[in-house]
Amino acid sequence: MLNILKMAAKNLARYRRRTLLTSILITLGVVAVLLFVSVSGSFKAMMIGQITDSMLGHLQIHRKGYLASIDSLPLNKNITQKQLNKVEEILAAEEAIESYTMRIKLGAMFSNYAETTNIRLNAVTPDRELQSMPLLADRVIKGEKEGLLAKGEILLPELIAKGMQVKVGDSIVLVANNKDGSVNGQSFAVRGILEGITGPGGRDGIMHMEDARELLRIEEMEVSEIAIRLKNIDQMGVVFSSLQEKLGAMTNKEGKPVFEIHTWEKLSPFYNIAKMIDLMTLFIKIMLVAIVLVSIMNVMIMAVYERVNEIGTIAAIGTRPGKILALFVTEGFLLGILGTMVGTIISLIAIAGMNASKITFDFGRQTGLQLTPTIDSAEVITVVLIVIGIAVLGSLQPALKAARMDPITALRHV
Amino acid sequence: MPLVEAKQLEKTYVSGDIEIKAIRGVDLTIEPASFVSFIGPSGSGKSTLLNMIGCLDPPTSGQLTVAGQDITKLDRNTAADFRGNTIGFVFQDFNLIPVLTVYENIEYPLLMVQKLPAPERKKRVFALLEAVGMADQAAKYPSQISGGQKQRVAVARALVTNAKLVLADEPTANLDRDTANRVIDMMKQMRDEFQTTFIFSTHDPKIVKNAEIIYTIEDGKLQRTINENGGNHA
Ligand SMILES: Nc1ncnc2c1ncn2[C@@H]1O[C@H](COP(=O)(O)OP(=O)(O)O)[C@@H](O)[C@H]1O
Ligand SMILES: [Mg+2]
Repeated sequence: MLNILKMAAKNLARYRRRTLLTSILITLGVVAVLLFVSVSGSFKAMMIGQITDSMLGHLQIHRKGYLASIDSLPLNKNITQKQLNKVEEILAAEEAIESYTMRIKLGAMFSNYAETTNIRLNAVTPDRELQSMPLLADRVIKGEKEGLLAKGEILLPELIAKGMQVKVGDSIVLVANNKDGSVNGQSFAVRGILEGITGPGGRDGIMHMEDARELLRIEEMEVSEIAIRLKNIDQMGVVFSSLQEKLGAMTNKEGKPVFEIHTWEKLSPFYNIAKMIDLMTLFIKIMLVAIVLVSIMNVMIMAVYERVNEIGTIAAIGTRPGKILALFVTEGFLLGILGTMVGTIISLIAIAGMNASKITFDFGRQTGLQLTPTIDSAEVITVVLIVIGIAVLGSLQPALKAARMDPITALRHV
Repeated sequence: MPLVEAKQLEKTYVSGDIEIKAIRGVDLTIEPASFVSFIGPSGSGKSTLLNMIGCLDPPTSGQLTVAGQDITKLDRNTAADFRGNTIGFVFQDFNLIPVLTVYENIEYPLLMVQKLPAPERKKRVFALLEAVGMADQAAKYPSQISGGQKQRVAVARALVTNAKLVLADEPTANLDRDTANRVIDMMKQMRDEFQTTFIFSTHDPKIVKNAEIIYTIEDGKLQRTINENGGNHA
């Protein structure tokens, strides 16, 4: 085996320029794939983190039909106290859930005493909301983040604050319709300004749950939405199925399910972007495979063709066909290893370099997001194995051709 | 027991509708440690006969045993092993492996075919380098030595496996007369030293006078001559 490796290495060294060109091609391919995977992966992970950790959570539960009419924020599709008790029982039994937060979503008239506009609000219990949405506090760009807000305070979305020229500490009035149609108004102090994010609820204001119940004159506990944070996002599929089964078992008098449950993927348009990124990654990997396959095959076909006489000689003096096959496959294998190793090293250095230079980018209205590309070793190993595997595969056909050559014909070849 | 024994050996090539009877009924017996030459004009069937004896090309019909083994029906691996262990080859174009040094070229069959341990390999390679007078050129690459030297290395490579039979198809065709004579002399010396049988082919009557047993081939048929003067050409 060692001898075959040595022979193969010597033959690669014989055509130094060709070996170099082919390995550079493979190197470039590997670098392209690893950098793309790491940059797009970190972008994806960060965006998903932003979405799930500051607004959506990993899973959400609503009354059946709520999401279909979410634009009008209907109060009559809230989860009632009795239903909530059952849901909370189910959630408590689910080990993988870290925490969950309950919200009343409402629409209101917003007045700064001079002008009015519409505002959409999430009414939350601050400590529960902060526990389940660890990145939420970071969205408070003006005002005190600590504790989110207290009773009588409101967090205003950036756009409304700007449009209505309201500052932190100002007093404003909210007027809302109750479930029964009557109107109620209350004044609030602006506690802070919230940065907008992409996706549903990304431009909503935040108020205290108890204020909302007063404003809406809700006597019993009721909520529009339950957002769930899992200990590990990888468990989302399992928890989703488990909850869907348990919640689906709860039906109304007509036998229809009472609740609906969704993953963040179903709720956020970013999921499609994430899918697109995955698809692009796949395309780039296919390109890499094609590059490696074509370049290795090309080189190895040439190598076999140039060495017909030599193949005839070693076959005549007793080298078994299997060994001739191994010789050429090893050459392709070494070429693959060479290109992959250099490519991997360059990629890892480049990734470290990108982290060191703190590259930032903007996504929608979010600015100054820092790119922290990482790549897990499993991904590196996968790419390395694919490339080396393809290199072997690409040299297999030429190597077989060499192994099957009739020594006399090969020796006569000029 | 003869080393090579052929009875009614025939080889017919078929290309398209044309049949070429390259060897037509050859009977042949070669004893161990002989120094044999096949002489005949181009196209007479020398290579065909050597290839059959060398287990590179199966005969169309007839019997052929080499070193006691029937070699008419061997599969590829068995044939390769048989060649690697029993037969040495010397080619017209030397056919050394260009990426290997003189030393490595001679070592190649021990490494890739016979898989001998390193100390044994070293001993044998050095012995052969000495025997063919190439010890001082061991580190050179084939491109750095002359044709005659290349053929010496090729003979060493053929002998290093302790082959019983060395087949040389026109080994002197690419050498000038002087060098050719010296290579043939050297082969004969090797025969004396290692008791290896040599069969070489040539179309050059002046070269053949070095042989002890001469087979003249014409149109695929053999005629045997004992060369009483064999070896005393000088
Ligand atoms: N592979 C082959 N296919 C068809 N004809 C062949 C083949 N090899 C040799 N021949 C024919 O067989 C005859 C003998 O050839 P060869 O043994 O090469 O002669 P020599 O070596 O004496 O020059 C020639 O007529 C040659 O054309
Ligand atoms: Mg010939």
